[in-house]
Amino acid sequence: MSASALVADVTARRGSFELTAAFNVSAGRPLALVGPNGAGKTTVLNVLAGHADVERGSILLDGRDLVGLSPEARRVGVVFQDFLLFPHLTVADNVAYGIRMRGSRRAAARVAARPWLERFDLGALADRYPHELSGGQAQRVALARALAAEPEALLLDEPMASLDVEIRDDVRAELAGHLRDFAGPTVIVTHSAADVAALAVDVVVIEHGAVTQRGTWASLRQAPATPYVTRLVRQHEE
Amino acid sequence: MRRRGPAVTVWVIAGFALALLVLPLLGILLSAPWPHLPALLVAPETLQALGLSLLTGVISTALCLVLGIPLAVVLARSVSWPVVPRRLLRAAVTIPLVLPPVVGGLALLLLLGRNGVLGKFLALIGVTIPFTTGAVVIAQTFVAMPFLVFAVEGALRGADRRVELAAASLGASPLRVFRTITIPLVAPGIAAGAVLCFARALGEFGATITFAGSYPGVTRTLPIASYLASQTDLDQSIALALVLLVVSVAVLLGLRDRWLPGVRG
Repeated sequence: MSASALVADVTARRGSFELTAAFNVSAGRPLALVGPNGAGKTTVLNVLAGHADVERGSILLDGRDLVGLSPEARRVGVVFQDFLLFPHLTVADNVAYGIRMRGSRRAAARVAARPWLERFDLGALADRYPHELSGGQAQRVALARALAAEPEALLLDEPMASLDVEIRDDVRAELAGHLRDFAGPTVIVTHSAADVAALAVDVVVIEHGAVTQRGTWASLRQAPATPYVTRLVRQHEE
Repeated sequence: MRRRGPAVTVWVIAGFALALLVLPLLGILLSAPWPHLPALLVAPETLQALGLSLLTGVISTALCLVLGIPLAVVLARSVSWPVVPRRLLRAAVTIPLVLPPVVGGLALLLLLGRNGVLGKFLALIGVTIPFTTGAVVIAQTFVAMPFLVFAVEGALRGADRRVELAAASLGASPLRVFRTITIPLVAPGIAAGAVLCFARALGEFGATITFAGSYPGVTRTLPIASYLASQTDLDQSIALALVLLVVSVAVLLGLRDRWLPGVRG
Protein backbone atom coordinates (compact mmCIF):
# COMPACT_ATOMS: atom_id res chain seq x y z
CA MET A 1 0.00 0.00 0.00
CA SER A 2 1.35 3.43 -0.89
CA ALA A 3 1.54 5.97 1.89
CA SER A 4 -2.10 6.72 2.63
CA ALA A 5 -3.62 9.71 4.31
CA LEU A 6 -6.73 10.88 6.06
CA VAL A 7 -7.69 14.49 5.41
CA ALA A 8 -10.56 15.74 7.53
CA ASP A 9 -12.23 19.13 7.53
CA VAL A 10 -15.55 18.83 9.31
CA THR A 11 -18.17 20.66 11.28
CA ALA A 12 -20.47 18.62 13.49
CA ARG A 13 -23.24 19.58 15.87
CA ARG A 14 -24.38 17.98 19.10
CA GLY A 15 -27.42 19.94 20.25
CA SER A 16 -26.13 23.44 20.85
CA PHE A 17 -22.50 22.33 20.79
CA GLU A 18 -20.73 22.95 17.50
CA LEU A 19 -17.40 21.43 16.64
CA THR A 20 -15.08 22.33 13.80
CA ALA A 21 -11.86 20.48 13.17
CA ALA A 22 -9.45 20.21 10.28
CA PHE A 23 -6.42 17.93 10.29
CA ASN A 24 -4.35 15.58 8.15
CA VAL A 25 -3.10 12.18 9.26
CA SER A 26 -0.41 10.39 7.29
CA ALA A 27 0.26 6.70 7.51
CA GLY A 28 3.16 6.03 9.84
CA ARG A 29 2.52 9.24 11.78
CA PRO A 30 -0.20 8.43 14.30
CA LEU A 31 -2.15 11.53 15.30
CA ALA A 32 -3.20 12.19 18.87
CA LEU A 33 -6.39 14.19 19.35
CA VAL A 34 -6.11 15.72 22.78
CA GLY A 35 -8.24 18.10 24.77
CA PRO A 36 -10.12 18.50 28.02
CA ASN A 37 -13.27 16.49 28.74
CA GLY A 38 -16.20 17.69 26.68
CA ALA A 39 -13.99 19.44 24.15
CA GLY A 40 -15.32 17.31 21.32
CA LYS A 41 -12.57 14.70 20.85
CA THR A 42 -14.91 11.74 20.88
CA THR A 43 -17.34 13.56 18.59
CA VAL A 44 -14.52 13.84 16.05
CA LEU A 45 -13.91 10.12 16.36
CA ASN A 46 -17.61 9.33 15.95
CA VAL A 47 -17.75 11.54 12.89
CA LEU A 48 -14.74 9.79 11.35
CA ALA A 49 -16.23 6.37 12.10
CA GLY A 50 -19.65 7.34 10.74
CA HIS A 51 -21.35 6.96 14.12
CA ALA A 52 -22.29 10.64 14.15
CA ASP A 53 -23.40 12.92 11.35
CA VAL A 54 -21.36 15.69 9.83
CA GLU A 55 -23.05 19.02 9.33
CA ARG A 56 -20.65 20.00 6.55
CA GLY A 57 -17.16 19.25 5.36
CA SER A 58 -15.32 16.26 4.04
CA ILE A 59 -13.30 13.31 5.28
CA LEU A 60 -10.97 12.06 2.58
CA LEU A 61 -9.36 8.67 3.09
CA ASP A 62 -6.91 8.17 0.21
CA GLY A 63 -9.01 10.60 -1.78
CA ARG A 64 -12.29 8.78 -1.10
CA ASP A 65 -14.84 10.98 0.72
CA LEU A 66 -16.28 9.12 3.69
CA VAL A 67 -19.01 11.68 4.41
CA GLY A 68 -22.37 10.16 3.62
CA LEU A 69 -20.99 6.61 3.74
CA SER A 70 -22.42 4.23 6.34
CA PRO A 71 -19.97 2.96 8.99
CA GLU A 72 -19.84 -0.48 7.39
CA ALA A 73 -18.78 1.00 4.06
CA ARG A 74 -15.98 3.18 5.44
CA ARG A 75 -13.34 0.57 6.25
CA VAL A 76 -12.37 2.54 9.31
CA GLY A 77 -11.45 0.36 12.29
CA VAL A 78 -12.36 1.52 15.79
CA VAL A 79 -11.00 0.47 19.18
CA PHE A 80 -13.49 1.77 21.72
CA GLN A 81 -12.61 3.02 25.16
CA ASP A 82 -14.39 0.12 26.87
CA PHE A 83 -13.58 -2.14 23.90
CA LEU A 84 -17.21 -3.16 23.23
CA LEU A 85 -16.34 -6.79 22.57
CA PHE A 86 -19.30 -8.92 21.55
CA PRO A 87 -20.27 -10.58 24.85
CA HIS A 88 -21.89 -13.62 23.22
CA LEU A 89 -18.91 -14.50 21.04
CA THR A 90 -15.60 -16.12 21.96
CA VAL A 91 -12.33 -14.26 21.54
CA ALA A 92 -11.73 -16.16 18.28
CA ASP A 93 -15.17 -15.27 16.93
CA ASN A 94 -14.80 -11.64 18.02
CA VAL A 95 -11.58 -11.42 16.00
CA ALA A 96 -13.14 -13.34 13.09
CA TYR A 97 -16.23 -11.12 13.02
CA GLY A 98 -14.95 -8.50 10.60
CA ILE A 99 -13.54 -11.20 8.32
CA ARG A 100 -16.95 -12.88 8.25
CA MET A 101 -18.70 -9.62 7.49
CA ARG A 102 -16.43 -9.18 4.50
CA GLY A 103 -17.85 -12.31 2.98
CA SER A 104 -16.02 -15.28 4.50
CA ARG A 105 -17.92 -18.22 5.86
CA ARG A 106 -17.71 -18.79 9.59
CA ALA A 107 -15.17 -21.62 9.39
CA ALA A 108 -12.98 -19.80 6.87
CA ALA A 109 -13.13 -16.64 8.97
CA ARG A 110 -11.93 -18.60 12.01
CA VAL A 111 -8.97 -19.89 10.04
CA ALA A 112 -8.18 -16.41 8.76
CA ALA A 113 -8.40 -15.04 12.31
CA ARG A 114 -5.80 -17.46 13.64
CA PRO A 115 -2.70 -15.46 12.61
CA TRP A 116 -4.22 -12.40 14.30
CA LEU A 117 -4.80 -14.35 17.49
CA GLU A 118 -1.18 -15.49 17.43
CA ARG A 119 0.14 -12.06 16.67
CA PHE A 120 -1.71 -10.59 19.64
CA ASP A 121 -0.78 -13.48 21.88
CA LEU A 122 -4.40 -14.55 22.19
CA GLY A 123 -4.03 -18.15 21.04
CA ALA A 124 -4.54 -19.57 24.53
CA LEU A 125 -7.60 -17.37 25.06
CA ALA A 126 -9.33 -18.18 21.77
CA ASP A 127 -12.25 -20.01 23.37
CA ARG A 128 -12.78 -17.60 26.25
CA TYR A 129 -15.65 -15.13 26.40
CA PRO A 130 -15.09 -11.40 26.91
CA HIS A 131 -16.24 -11.45 30.56
CA GLU A 132 -13.43 -13.91 31.31
CA LEU A 133 -10.69 -11.54 30.12
CA SER A 134 -8.54 -9.04 31.98
CA GLY A 135 -8.53 -5.44 30.78
CA GLY A 136 -5.22 -5.82 28.97
CA GLN A 137 -6.40 -8.99 27.25
CA ALA A 138 -9.68 -7.35 26.23
CA GLN A 139 -7.75 -4.48 24.69
CA ARG A 140 -5.65 -6.88 22.65
CA VAL A 141 -8.81 -8.59 21.42
CA ALA A 142 -10.35 -5.24 20.49
CA LEU A 143 -7.25 -4.25 18.55
CA ALA A 144 -6.93 -7.65 16.87
CA ARG A 145 -10.63 -7.55 15.97
CA ALA A 146 -10.30 -4.10 14.41
CA LEU A 147 -7.13 -4.95 12.46
CA ALA A 148 -8.32 -8.36 11.27
CA ALA A 149 -11.06 -6.57 9.33
CA GLU A 150 -8.22 -4.92 7.36
CA PRO A 151 -9.32 -1.32 7.82
CA GLU A 152 -7.76 1.47 5.81
CA ALA A 153 -7.62 3.73 8.84
CA LEU A 154 -7.64 3.04 12.57
CA LEU A 155 -9.24 5.04 15.38
CA LEU A 156 -8.57 4.48 19.08
CA ASP A 157 -10.69 6.13 21.77
CA GLU A 158 -8.82 6.58 25.07
CA PRO A 159 -7.05 3.23 24.63
CA MET A 160 -5.65 3.14 28.18
CA ALA A 161 -8.57 4.59 30.11
CA SER A 162 -10.22 1.26 30.98
CA LEU A 163 -6.99 -0.38 32.14
CA ASP A 164 -5.55 -0.65 35.62
CA VAL A 165 -2.89 1.94 36.24
CA GLU A 166 -0.22 -0.68 37.05
CA ILE A 167 -0.35 -2.31 33.64
CA ARG A 168 -0.74 0.80 31.51
CA ASP A 169 2.97 1.32 30.75
CA ASP A 170 3.45 -2.23 29.51
CA VAL A 171 0.25 -2.27 27.49
CA ARG A 172 1.06 1.12 26.02
CA ALA A 173 4.49 0.00 24.87
CA GLU A 174 2.98 -3.09 23.27
CA LEU A 175 0.26 -1.02 21.61
CA ALA A 176 2.88 1.35 20.21
CA GLY A 177 4.52 -1.64 18.52
CA HIS A 178 1.26 -2.77 16.96
CA LEU A 179 0.48 0.73 15.74
CA ARG A 180 3.88 0.92 14.05
CA ASP A 181 2.95 -2.24 12.13
CA PHE A 182 -0.31 -0.78 10.86
CA ALA A 183 0.01 0.63 7.37
CA GLY A 184 -2.86 3.16 7.39
CA PRO A 185 -3.51 6.49 9.10
CA THR A 186 -4.16 6.21 12.84
CA VAL A 187 -6.00 8.62 15.13
CA ILE A 188 -5.79 8.27 18.91
CA VAL A 189 -8.14 10.21 21.15
CA THR A 190 -6.62 10.69 24.58
CA HIS A 191 -6.25 13.13 27.43
CA SER A 192 -3.06 11.49 28.64
CA ALA A 193 0.36 12.98 27.87
CA ALA A 194 1.92 9.54 28.32
CA ASP A 195 -0.28 8.19 25.50
CA VAL A 196 0.69 11.09 23.27
CA ALA A 197 4.40 10.64 23.93
CA ALA A 198 4.38 6.87 23.42
CA LEU A 199 1.82 6.39 20.66
CA ALA A 200 1.64 9.50 18.50
CA VAL A 201 3.86 11.58 16.28
CA ASP A 202 1.52 14.47 15.46
CA VAL A 203 -0.86 16.17 17.86
CA VAL A 204 -4.05 18.16 17.36
CA VAL A 205 -5.44 19.98 20.40
CA ILE A 206 -9.20 20.52 20.54
CA GLU A 207 -10.74 22.86 23.08
CA HIS A 208 -14.34 24.06 23.19
CA GLY A 209 -15.08 22.55 19.79
CA ALA A 210 -12.16 24.09 17.91
CA VAL A 211 -8.52 23.28 17.18
CA THR A 212 -6.28 25.42 19.36
CA GLN A 213 -2.88 23.99 18.48
CA ARG A 214 -1.33 21.47 16.12
CA GLY A 215 2.19 20.15 15.60
CA THR A 216 4.49 17.39 16.73
CA TRP A 217 4.59 16.47 20.41
CA ALA A 218 8.09 17.99 20.56
CA SER A 219 6.87 21.30 19.15
CA LEU A 220 3.96 21.41 21.60
CA ARG A 221 6.36 20.85 24.47
CA GLN A 222 8.55 23.68 23.30
CA ALA A 223 5.77 26.18 22.77
CA PRO A 224 2.46 25.30 24.39
CA ALA A 225 -0.17 27.66 22.97
CA THR A 226 -2.84 27.41 25.67
CA PRO A 227 -2.98 26.81 29.42
CA TYR A 228 -4.43 23.37 28.69
CA VAL A 229 -1.40 22.37 26.58
CA THR A 230 0.92 23.75 29.23
CA ARG A 231 -0.76 21.53 31.81
CA LEU A 232 -0.58 18.54 29.46
CA VAL A 233 3.16 19.05 28.92
CA ARG A 234 3.74 19.43 32.63
CA GLN A 235 1.76 16.25 33.30
CA HIS A 236 4.23 14.42 31.06
CA GLU A 237 7.29 15.89 32.74
CA GLU A 238 6.15 14.96 36.22
CA MET B 1 -24.65 -2.59 58.72
CA ARG B 2 -27.10 -5.47 58.75
CA ARG B 3 -29.93 -5.01 56.31
CA ARG B 4 -33.30 -5.21 58.01
CA GLY B 5 -36.10 -7.22 56.46
CA PRO B 6 -39.52 -5.76 55.72
CA ALA B 7 -41.84 -4.96 58.64
CA VAL B 8 -44.22 -7.63 59.95
CA THR B 9 -47.21 -5.82 58.43
CA VAL B 10 -45.62 -6.10 55.01
CA TRP B 11 -45.12 -9.84 55.53
CA VAL B 12 -48.75 -10.28 56.57
CA ILE B 13 -50.17 -8.37 53.62
CA ALA B 14 -47.82 -10.18 51.25
CA GLY B 15 -49.13 -13.41 52.74
CA PHE B 16 -52.73 -12.41 51.95
CA ALA B 17 -51.73 -11.47 48.41
CA LEU B 18 -50.04 -14.81 47.90
CA ALA B 19 -53.05 -16.63 49.35
CA LEU B 20 -55.31 -14.85 46.88
CA LEU B 21 -53.09 -16.03 44.05
CA VAL B 22 -52.50 -19.57 45.20
CA LEU B 23 -55.56 -20.73 47.18
CA PRO B 24 -57.92 -20.90 44.17
CA LEU B 25 -55.43 -23.17 42.44
CA LEU B 26 -55.22 -25.27 45.59
CA GLY B 27 -59.01 -25.46 45.37
CA ILE B 28 -58.71 -27.10 41.98
CA LEU B 29 -56.28 -29.66 43.35
CA LEU B 30 -58.49 -30.41 46.38
CA SER B 31 -61.69 -30.86 44.41
CA ALA B 32 -60.09 -32.79 41.58
CA PRO B 33 -61.81 -36.12 40.90
CA TRP B 34 -58.56 -38.01 41.52
CA PRO B 35 -59.95 -41.60 41.26
CA HIS B 36 -61.31 -41.26 37.75
CA LEU B 37 -58.88 -38.56 36.65
CA PRO B 38 -56.83 -40.88 34.39
CA ALA B 39 -59.94 -41.81 32.42
CA LEU B 40 -60.96 -38.15 32.10
CA LEU B 41 -57.49 -37.14 30.97
CA VAL B 42 -57.31 -39.63 28.14
CA ALA B 43 -60.87 -38.93 27.03
CA PRO B 44 -60.91 -38.03 23.32
CA GLU B 45 -62.34 -34.56 24.00
CA THR B 46 -59.53 -33.79 26.45
CA LEU B 47 -56.77 -34.95 24.14
CA GLN B 48 -58.35 -33.15 21.20
CA ALA B 49 -58.56 -29.86 23.12
CA LEU B 50 -55.03 -30.30 24.48
CA GLY B 51 -53.64 -31.02 21.02
CA LEU B 52 -55.40 -28.02 19.53
CA SER B 53 -54.24 -25.76 22.35
CA LEU B 54 -50.61 -26.84 22.02
CA LEU B 55 -50.66 -26.55 18.24
CA THR B 56 -52.27 -23.11 18.12
CA GLY B 57 -50.16 -21.93 21.08
CA VAL B 58 -46.93 -22.87 19.33
CA ILE B 59 -48.01 -21.29 16.03
CA SER B 60 -49.18 -18.05 17.61
CA THR B 61 -45.99 -17.84 19.71
CA ALA B 62 -43.95 -18.25 16.51
CA LEU B 63 -46.06 -15.52 14.87
CA CYS B 64 -45.53 -13.26 17.87
CA LEU B 65 -41.77 -13.81 17.59
CA VAL B 66 -41.63 -13.06 13.88
CA LEU B 67 -43.84 -9.98 14.13
CA GLY B 68 -43.09 -8.87 17.67
CA ILE B 69 -39.28 -8.69 17.68
CA PRO B 70 -39.16 -6.03 14.93
CA LEU B 71 -41.99 -4.19 16.68
CA ALA B 72 -40.00 -4.28 19.91
CA VAL B 73 -36.99 -2.81 18.10
CA VAL B 74 -39.11 0.03 16.74
CA LEU B 75 -40.67 0.58 20.17
CA ALA B 76 -37.24 0.72 21.82
CA ARG B 77 -36.08 3.22 19.20
CA SER B 78 -39.22 5.34 19.63
CA VAL B 79 -37.80 6.91 22.79
CA SER B 80 -36.21 9.51 20.52
CA TRP B 81 -39.48 10.28 18.72
CA PRO B 82 -41.78 13.26 19.36
CA VAL B 83 -44.19 12.69 22.24
CA VAL B 84 -47.43 12.08 20.34
CA PRO B 85 -46.40 9.31 17.94
CA ARG B 86 -44.29 7.74 20.69
CA ARG B 87 -47.26 7.51 23.07
CA LEU B 88 -49.63 6.37 20.34
CA LEU B 89 -47.29 3.52 19.43
CA ARG B 90 -46.91 2.44 23.04
CA ALA B 91 -50.67 2.63 23.58
CA ALA B 92 -51.30 0.54 20.48
CA VAL B 93 -48.97 -2.18 21.75
CA THR B 94 -50.54 -2.06 25.21
CA ILE B 95 -54.18 -2.22 24.08
CA PRO B 96 -54.52 -6.02 24.06
CA LEU B 97 -53.29 -6.07 27.67
CA VAL B 98 -56.03 -3.79 28.97
CA LEU B 99 -58.84 -4.59 26.54
CA PRO B 100 -61.28 -7.31 27.63
CA PRO B 101 -60.41 -10.23 25.33
CA VAL B 102 -64.08 -10.52 24.30
CA VAL B 103 -63.86 -7.00 22.91
CA GLY B 104 -60.67 -7.95 21.11
CA GLY B 105 -62.45 -10.92 19.59
CA LEU B 106 -65.37 -8.74 18.54
CA ALA B 107 -62.97 -6.28 16.94
CA LEU B 108 -61.29 -9.08 15.03
CA LEU B 109 -64.69 -10.30 13.89
CA LEU B 110 -65.65 -6.82 12.67
CA LEU B 111 -62.38 -6.59 10.77
CA LEU B 112 -62.05 -10.09 9.36
CA GLY B 113 -65.64 -11.43 9.50
CA ARG B 114 -67.58 -12.11 6.30
CA ASN B 115 -68.93 -8.57 6.27
CA GLY B 116 -65.90 -7.09 7.97
CA VAL B 117 -63.80 -4.23 6.68
CA LEU B 118 -61.12 -6.60 5.38
CA GLY B 119 -63.18 -9.79 5.52
CA LYS B 120 -65.38 -8.59 2.63
CA PHE B 121 -62.40 -8.59 0.32
CA LEU B 122 -61.05 -11.85 1.67
CA ALA B 123 -64.46 -13.42 1.01
CA LEU B 124 -64.19 -12.35 -2.63
CA ILE B 125 -61.09 -14.50 -3.06
CA GLY B 126 -62.67 -17.33 -1.13
CA VAL B 127 -60.84 -16.85 2.18
CA THR B 128 -62.90 -17.15 5.36
CA ILE B 129 -61.14 -16.67 8.66
CA PRO B 130 -63.68 -16.56 11.51
CA PHE B 131 -64.52 -19.85 13.20
CA THR B 132 -61.45 -21.61 11.82
CA THR B 133 -58.26 -22.81 13.52
CA GLY B 134 -56.59 -19.83 11.83
CA ALA B 135 -58.95 -17.55 13.75
CA VAL B 136 -57.81 -19.20 17.01
CA VAL B 137 -54.20 -18.43 16.09
CA ILE B 138 -55.02 -14.81 15.20
CA ALA B 139 -56.96 -14.29 18.44
CA GLN B 140 -54.09 -15.75 20.49
CA THR B 141 -51.51 -13.72 18.63
CA PHE B 142 -53.56 -10.58 19.27
CA VAL B 143 -53.71 -11.06 23.03
CA ALA B 144 -50.21 -12.52 23.49
CA MET B 145 -48.18 -10.11 21.34
CA PRO B 146 -47.64 -7.42 24.04
CA PHE B 147 -45.97 -9.95 26.34
CA LEU B 148 -43.35 -10.69 23.70
CA VAL B 149 -42.92 -7.08 22.63
CA PHE B 150 -42.47 -5.68 26.13
CA ALA B 151 -40.08 -8.44 27.21
CA VAL B 152 -37.88 -7.88 24.15
CA GLU B 153 -38.13 -4.12 24.40
CA GLY B 154 -36.97 -4.27 28.02
CA ALA B 155 -34.01 -6.41 27.03
CA LEU B 156 -33.13 -4.03 24.20
CA ARG B 157 -33.14 -1.08 26.54
CA GLY B 158 -30.98 -2.90 29.08
CA ALA B 159 -28.41 -4.00 26.51
CA ASP B 160 -25.38 -1.90 25.59
CA ARG B 161 -26.40 -1.02 22.07
CA ARG B 162 -23.01 0.50 21.30
CA VAL B 163 -21.71 -2.95 20.39
CA GLU B 164 -23.94 -2.56 17.34
CA LEU B 165 -21.77 0.39 16.33
CA ALA B 166 -18.69 -1.76 16.83
CA ALA B 167 -20.22 -4.38 14.53
CA ALA B 168 -21.07 -1.77 11.90
CA SER B 169 -17.49 -0.50 11.91
CA LEU B 170 -16.35 -4.07 11.25
CA GLY B 171 -18.36 -4.08 8.04
CA ALA B 172 -21.72 -5.48 9.16
CA SER B 173 -24.79 -4.14 7.34
CA PRO B 174 -27.74 -3.10 9.54
CA LEU B 175 -29.54 -6.38 8.83
CA ARG B 176 -26.46 -8.43 9.74
CA VAL B 177 -25.93 -6.35 12.87
CA PHE B 178 -29.51 -7.19 13.81
CA ARG B 179 -29.06 -10.89 13.15
CA THR B 180 -25.57 -11.46 14.53
CA ILE B 181 -25.46 -8.94 17.39
CA THR B 182 -28.84 -7.53 18.42
CA ILE B 183 -30.78 -10.79 18.48
CA PRO B 184 -28.15 -12.77 20.48
CA LEU B 185 -27.75 -9.80 22.82
CA VAL B 186 -31.44 -9.85 23.77
CA ALA B 187 -31.88 -13.63 23.54
CA PRO B 188 -32.85 -13.95 27.24
CA GLY B 189 -35.56 -11.34 26.75
CA ILE B 190 -36.78 -13.14 23.65
CA ALA B 191 -36.92 -16.45 25.51
CA ALA B 192 -38.78 -14.89 28.42
CA GLY B 193 -41.20 -13.14 26.09
CA ALA B 194 -41.83 -16.32 24.12
CA VAL B 195 -42.60 -18.32 27.25
CA LEU B 196 -45.00 -15.71 28.62
CA CYS B 197 -46.52 -15.35 25.18
CA PHE B 198 -47.10 -19.11 24.95
CA ALA B 199 -48.61 -19.23 28.44
CA ARG B 200 -50.95 -16.37 27.55
CA ALA B 201 -51.93 -17.96 24.24
CA LEU B 202 -52.61 -21.23 26.01
CA GLY B 203 -55.01 -19.55 28.41
CA GLU B 204 -56.78 -17.45 25.77
CA PHE B 205 -60.55 -17.68 26.05
CA GLY B 206 -62.59 -14.54 25.38
CA ALA B 207 -61.20 -13.41 22.05
CA THR B 208 -61.11 -16.99 20.83
CA ILE B 209 -64.71 -17.85 21.63
CA THR B 210 -65.94 -14.58 20.11
CA PHE B 211 -63.88 -14.73 16.95
CA ALA B 212 -63.39 -18.46 16.48
CA GLY B 213 -66.29 -20.06 18.32
CA SER B 214 -66.15 -23.52 19.81
CA TYR B 215 -66.01 -26.27 17.22
CA PRO B 216 -64.57 -29.49 18.61
CA GLY B 217 -61.22 -30.22 17.02
CA VAL B 218 -61.22 -26.94 15.11
CA THR B 219 -61.49 -24.09 17.59
CA ARG B 220 -62.34 -25.68 20.95
CA THR B 221 -59.15 -25.10 22.90
CA LEU B 222 -58.54 -26.28 26.48
CA PRO B 223 -59.92 -23.18 28.24
CA ILE B 224 -63.08 -23.25 26.12
CA ALA B 225 -63.52 -26.98 26.62
CA SER B 226 -63.03 -26.53 30.36
CA TYR B 227 -65.61 -23.73 30.50
CA LEU B 228 -68.19 -25.66 28.47
CA ALA B 229 -67.71 -28.74 30.62
CA SER B 230 -68.23 -26.68 33.76
CA GLN B 231 -71.83 -26.16 32.62
CA THR B 232 -72.55 -29.89 32.41
CA ASP B 233 -69.84 -32.07 33.89
CA LEU B 234 -67.82 -30.43 36.65
CA ASP B 235 -65.37 -33.32 36.95
CA GLN B 236 -64.48 -33.10 33.28
CA SER B 237 -64.09 -29.33 33.65
CA ILE B 238 -61.72 -29.71 36.59
CA ALA B 239 -59.68 -32.33 34.75
CA LEU B 240 -59.27 -29.95 31.80
CA ALA B 241 -58.41 -27.12 34.15
CA LEU B 242 -55.75 -29.32 35.78
CA VAL B 243 -54.17 -30.01 32.42
CA LEU B 244 -54.01 -26.27 31.72
CA LEU B 245 -52.59 -25.64 35.17
CA VAL B 246 -49.91 -28.30 34.82
CA VAL B 247 -48.85 -27.09 31.37
CA SER B 248 -48.72 -23.45 32.51
CA VAL B 249 -46.76 -24.20 35.66
CA ALA B 250 -44.37 -26.44 33.71
CA VAL B 251 -43.76 -23.62 31.23
CA LEU B 252 -43.10 -21.10 34.00
CA LEU B 253 -40.83 -23.47 35.93
CA GLY B 254 -38.88 -24.02 32.73
CA LEU B 255 -38.07 -20.32 32.77
CA ARG B 256 -34.82 -19.35 34.31
CA ASP B 257 -35.11 -16.69 36.99
CA ARG B 258 -33.43 -14.02 34.96
CA TRP B 259 -35.90 -14.53 32.12
CA LEU B 260 -38.87 -13.64 34.29
CA PRO B 261 -40.25 -10.13 34.15
CA GLY B 262 -39.06 -8.05 37.04
CA VAL B 263 -36.05 -10.22 37.86
CA ARG B 264 -32.62 -8.88 37.04
CA GLY B 265 -29.96 -11.54 37.40
